[in-house]
Amino acid sequence: MNPQKMFLYGAIVLAGLAGPFIFPNNQVQMTELWLFIVFALTWDLVGGQMGYNSFGNVVFFGIGMYACAVVQIGLVYDVGEYTAAKGGGTAFIFDLAQYIWGFAIGLPVAAMLAALAACVLGSLVLGMRGHYFAICTLGLGIAAGEIAAGWDWIGAGSGMTPAPPPHDIDNVNRLFYYMAFALAVATFATIAWLLRTRFGLAINAIRDDEDKAEAMGMFTTRIKVTAWVIAATFLGAAGGIYGNLKRFIDPLDTAFSGATIGVWMVLMAILGGKGTLWGPVIGAIVFQVTKELFWTYLLGWQRVALGVLIVVIVVFFPEGIVGRVRQMFPERFGPRADAREGAE
Amino acid sequence: MPRRGWRRMNNIELLFSSPAIAGGLLIDGILFGSIFALIAYGLALVWGVMNIINVTQGEFVILGGFAAVVMADNGFHPLLAVPVAALVLYVLGRLLYRTIIHRIVDRDLFTSLLATFGISIVLQQLMNIVFGGDPRNADAGLGVWFAFDYSIVLSKVKLLAFVLAIVVGAALVVFLKMSRLGQAIRATAQNARAARVVGIDTNRVYEATFALNAAICGAAGALAATAYTIHPYIGLPYTVRSFMIVIIAGLGNIGGVLAAGLGLGAAEYYAGFILGAEFQIAFVFGLLVVVLLARSWWLGRKRRYLK
Amino acid sequence: MTALLEVDGTSKRFGGVVANDAISLTVPEGAIVGLIGPNGSGKTTLFNSIVGYHPIDAGSIRFRSREISALRVPQIARLGLLRTFQQTRIYGGLNCVQNLLISRSTRREPFRQLFTLQGARGRERAEELLEFVGLYEKRNLLAGDLSFGQQKLLEFAMALMSEPDMLMLDEPTAGINPTLINGLIDRLKRANAEFGITLFVIEHNMRVIMNLAEHIYCLAHGELLAEGKPADIQGDPRVIDAYLGAH
Repeated sequence: MNPQKMFLYGAIVLAGLAGPFIFPNNQVQMTELWLFIVFALTWDLVGGQMGYNSFGNVVFFGIGMYACAVVQIGLVYDVGEYTAAKGGGTAFIFDLAQYIWGFAIGLPVAAMLAALAACVLGSLVLGMRGHYFAICTLGLGIAAGEIAAGWDWIGAGSGMTPAPPPHDIDNVNRLFYYMAFALAVATFATIAWLLRTRFGLAINAIRDDEDKAEAMGMFTTRIKVTAWVIAATFLGAAGGIYGNLKRFIDPLDTAFSGATIGVWMVLMAILGGKGTLWGPVIGAIVFQVTKELFWTYLLGWQRVALGVLIVVIVVFFPEGIVGRVRQMFPERFGPRADAREGAE
Repeated sequence: MPRRGWRRMNNIELLFSSPAIAGGLLIDGILFGSIFALIAYGLALVWGVMNIINVTQGEFVILGGFAAVVMADNGFHPLLAVPVAALVLYVLGRLLYRTIIHRIVDRDLFTSLLATFGISIVLQQLMNIVFGGDPRNADAGLGVWFAFDYSIVLSKVKLLAFVLAIVVGAALVVFLKMSRLGQAIRATAQNARAARVVGIDTNRVYEATFALNAAICGAAGALAATAYTIHPYIGLPYTVRSFMIVIIAGLGNIGGVLAAGLGLGAAEYYAGFILGAEFQIAFVFGLLVVVLLARSWWLGRKRRYLK
Repeated sequence: MTALLEVDGTSKRFGGVVANDAISLTVPEGAIVGLIGPNGSGKTTLFNSIVGYHPIDAGSIRFRSREISALRVPQIARLGLLRTFQQTRIYGGLNCVQNLLISRSTRREPFRQLFTLQGARGRERAEELLEFVGLYEKRNLLAGDLSFGQQKLLEFAMALMSEPDMLMLDEPTAGINPTLINGLIDRLKRANAEFGITLFVIEHNMRVIMNLAEHIYCLAHGELLAEGKPADIQGDPRVIDAYLGAH
């Protein structure tokens, strides 16, 4: 790693650590941003790098969200009674130790359950190609939401409140912020490393010509499932944090929200530049700022504006920010520049 | 859980012991299914001719439905809304083609999927703002009709919607077979390049096809709003149903589309009865996954490689 | 010489069309064998049957005496039986070196080798092979930016990178600049002699196949019409009839 890059990474990590102290009023939005970066990066691993465009990654996000909440509550109380009481009143209180343990166990369980789901679903649906895969994942996402909305144990359609934070944590959102920040850093580091391994080459090869990869002896299904499992692991953990951040899990609008977060992850990756490492990160930042501006200045019309944004980006700006920069400065950022660096 | 599970077993038993209930569900399902088949026919048209999977399909339907609701609110007979909705959607279809769709015709399928998904979100939200989020129905004032000694209740308006859906579908088939434009559309579907070589303006054909599909959806929506209920967020299930029907029947197989549509309608009514209405949407999307898996398994068995 | 590939009474039909009818042929280890025939005579169908693109209707296909007609494409490839495509296929979004690196055979390696850094192994070999096919200067270009002929050479290098026992080439000289064809023939022969790779080649260019192959099979209308040494085939009236369209 050259000193320029070291400096860049160092600056980002410092900014991330100092963020909540510099902008204490935007702590929640910044937490959301780190999670959005996780969404975009994990979507791009499968959609951009491997060419399997999924509308259903939100399934793993939702599974993680419910899993984490269920573990947090289930360690102390009966989940059925808790949801029946609608998170009710003073009967369900968590002390600091219970709360921290809830996270310490809940987040890994969320990640593992999401990974397991990706393994099972992936072995089934990753045999499909192109738009059949895309539409099938769309179906998976919505079916999962509808099933959650009919499941009484996790609160069915009236949703579920994650464990209420104990009173002796005075700024619980700061805890969420640093969890989200750590997760984003871990996701980025993992994917950056993956893209430098043979695995990275293999998923790119699948994107370029899967028939050829098979003809060359690559067990593509195994590789595809692995990629989806990796994406799902981080998404599951992100879901666990997001549910707590929002303080309320609605099966259709928070957990398995295909028409919002499910599409946003695709949009962020495309906006920043599909199939690049930094594209999803940049896309997530631009998107989060835009979204907050829409919410502030276009109240009531913000969802219409977001839909228009999707169409505009997909139709007029499909190469994304990083793609555009590469076209403008090929000698500095083009694929050949990459290759030279790789050859050293 | 045991309580609900028990209820489901009971429902299945009830289906077997009471032919009247089973038959009633079958008839209701087939009547509803005719609307699915009509929408699926439009989807197959756009898919086959333009190679675009139009996710906006469902929103076109709901928009046509709201046209009927508005007309009924203003004292018109809602079935008058069928041609009006078709016309409104035809214009919208042309407009969308000229602004957006013509830019994505030649792009990869995911682009068209995502772009039309974006349009469907915009339409959804606009409808929510203009018409509100409540379920609506355009009351046609037709009663019910009892058959077999009151054991089967038939809603006349559903029956009428069924007949009209079939009529519209048949008119479309005749149009595609007989008219000059219809022939151009079919030629473009077979080979767009060859069609251009013999002097067909494929861009105009695409525009007409997309608008025609929107008009079909509008008509179907007007029927759906008259015989059933609609609300701004119920569009996507219509899209998914039509997609499923086209996968089962294949492109350009009219009889297959009709059969698959009616079958899907019946399957949904049975599933709704057995699982409970709260799982009906889950059933539709779950069935989509199952149908796609079955297709993938079938092709994999022949080891045919999919593109 | 022992038989490496044995095709025994293999038939394949698509709907009512019989693409291959009871075809039997043998490719001995270390040989260069040619497959010729007019368009639509079932050559590519036979190739596809051998490498597992579709199941066969009758007969058997054995590679190193092992029945492979029920195996799937990647399994057959991992046995060391590789094919190239008539419509050249490469990974357009990767550069040439990466195209070779990902083609390195992992037959005897566990799945977790995927998580080793790129180029940790095989980079030297990749550059050697690019030199061998004459693409060393272009090694850092995206494969998708190469000309058709260069992509063809790259695909050949990718196949060599994976160290197959047998390589099936579907029209290796189609679309290649005629001045480069002699060089390609030379490289094919060297791959056979130096790397010990058995070659089974579909070819339309008579001059090329007569130069290259030791033994030639000729298909017509899905049936095996003739076989023999290049000189015999060239003089066989049935082969001449098949090509000139007489019945």
